[in-house]
Amino acid sequence: MAEHEKMPVDEISGVETTGHEWDGITELDNPLPRWWLWCFYASIIWAIGYMIFMPAIPAPPGFDGHTRGLRNHSERANVAVALADLEARRGPMFARLQEVVDEGGVMAVLDDGDLLNFTLAAGRSAFGDNCATCHGVGGGGFIGYPNLRDDDWIWGGAYDDIRHTIVAGIRWEEHPETRFSQMPAYGRDQLLSREEIHAVTDYVMTLSSLTVQAGADLALGAEIYQRECASCHMPDGRGDPSQGAPNLTNNIWLYGGSREQIRNSIHRGPYGVMPAWETRLPEPVITALAAYVYLLGGGETLQRQEAALDPETTVPNPGAEAD
Amino acid sequence: MAKKPNKIWAWHKRVMEQNSLILTVGIIGVVSIGGIVEIAPLFYLDETIEEVEGVRPYSPLALMGRDIYVREGCYACHSQMIRPLRDEVERYGHFSLAAESMYDRPFQWGSKRTGPDLARVGGKYSDEWHRDHMRDPRSVVPGSIMPAYAFMENTPLELDVIPGRMRALQRLGVPYTDEMIDNAIEDVRTQVDPFSANYDAFLERYPGAPVRNFDGNERVVTELDAMIAYLQVLGTMVDFSTYEADADANLR
Repeated sequence: MAEHEKMPVDEISGVETTGHEWDGITELDNPLPRWWLWCFYASIIWAIGYMIFMPAIPAPPGFDGHTRGLRNHSERANVAVALADLEARRGPMFARLQEVVDEGGVMAVLDDGDLLNFTLAAGRSAFGDNCATCHGVGGGGFIGYPNLRDDDWIWGGAYDDIRHTIVAGIRWEEHPETRFSQMPAYGRDQLLSREEIHAVTDYVMTLSSLTVQAGADLALGAEIYQRECASCHMPDGRGDPSQGAPNLTNNIWLYGGSREQIRNSIHRGPYGVMPAWETRLPEPVITALAAYVYLLGGGETLQRQEAALDPETTVPNPGAEAD
Repeated sequence: MAKKPNKIWAWHKRVMEQNSLILTVGIIGVVSIGGIVEIAPLFYLDETIEEVEGVRPYSPLALMGRDIYVREGCYACHSQMIRPLRDEVERYGHFSLAAESMYDRPFQWGSKRTGPDLARVGGKYSDEWHRDHMRDPRSVVPGSIMPAYAFMENTPLELDVIPGRMRALQRLGVPYTDEMIDNAIEDVRTQVDPFSANYDAFLERYPGAPVRNFDGNERVVTELDAMIAYLQVLGTMVDFSTYEADADANLR
């Protein structure tokens, strides 16, 4: 077609057709909706503007980075600003917490209502992100992951003990100061016979005043206990927090308190691991976390810890933090 | 509706629409604009990935773990991309760098979080936790809706395929050496056995790789070994003590 011709008009719609025809079928030549067309043009203009104002084009080989745009926008610079802003807002409270704990011990936090609220909020938030996955949302623990709300502490429940456990972890080999001890796998490594393990299992159950089956060989169990277990769990079974040997007399069981579960622990020698958090969390957050865990209810004061080491003293009920 | 004659469209109709060859060339021209804009930057990726220290290709065991991660569709619920936003950095740690996934083919950034982001999950939990969690997620996270993957601890890892997969990645530009590929199967066995004679050579090839029995089963290397070895290395490679986050080239 040499020039634009008048196209035939469709009778029903009154719209021009394209002039093409296939077996009697023709095609309407409706214009694009105006609103759509203008949106399309506007988005092209927007894209050009965006390329000018925002970072858009990677630099060609030999040049560094990319075009920065007139706004010199950087997500990474923005997040640095946002984090600095956050630090400015809560940094003073973290500093106050550190100061109070350093000077008066963690219990002094209880005397300062604002600081206590801050500590619990910061601790709960960090606990939820990092600790709750193993220890449970409320710190109640699961089989294999200790309950942090009770007054039984494997590696010590004083504030400094808790803080060190968080900093260095337990059996976390990448940290030089990690807490470390290892219970032998008496069954798997065949250090004790099947009968001996049954006997010592029954004896350990009696330490927590659990009922043992009739015919249990407690004499043999006691003999094996004193020979194999007493050096860490102590002759009276009260454990030793300095080497992470749990107290066996309080009927609190990390790996379950049924006869089968206790026997299995002796068989395989549990090797519980907790990661070190020193490099993952900022120091003030670790302090808040240690205070939070301490204040969950079970934190030991130093006096009570010393009392617990002396079997002559009656250990006061630690349910209430009255000190 | 009066329609004015339009010279451009008349030309279009006369020249483009009535000569199939010219139309084809025209279509190729228009389509390739989009292609060039998207593809050209890939030819100078060196300029777009920040320089960091510490990122190395996955050890063969972790590489197999990554393949299992892809096979099981973990990416459908877990992202591996900590965005540079305050709340994400607060929760997960340093935002992800392009360099951290430069040897991932394909990357596992993901686009949806039904579960948490895993970009820095390495070293966050113990191996035992991962074992418990894979066997029965509800045993450690009561509210979890993740399916159990208990079969992995009973499935021996397929070892024969590893050198071939590493060779394929080598061709795609991942810096696996021939030595690494030749020792791949031996390196898998070494990574689950800290007392192996091959220990030092392995760590020389893959500095900083965790070496231990990941699934607690010393008799056989399982898929669970591979999975945990992979998860425990995620996000741990970059040495952030030497990375200058506020350097001009790293602000993007």
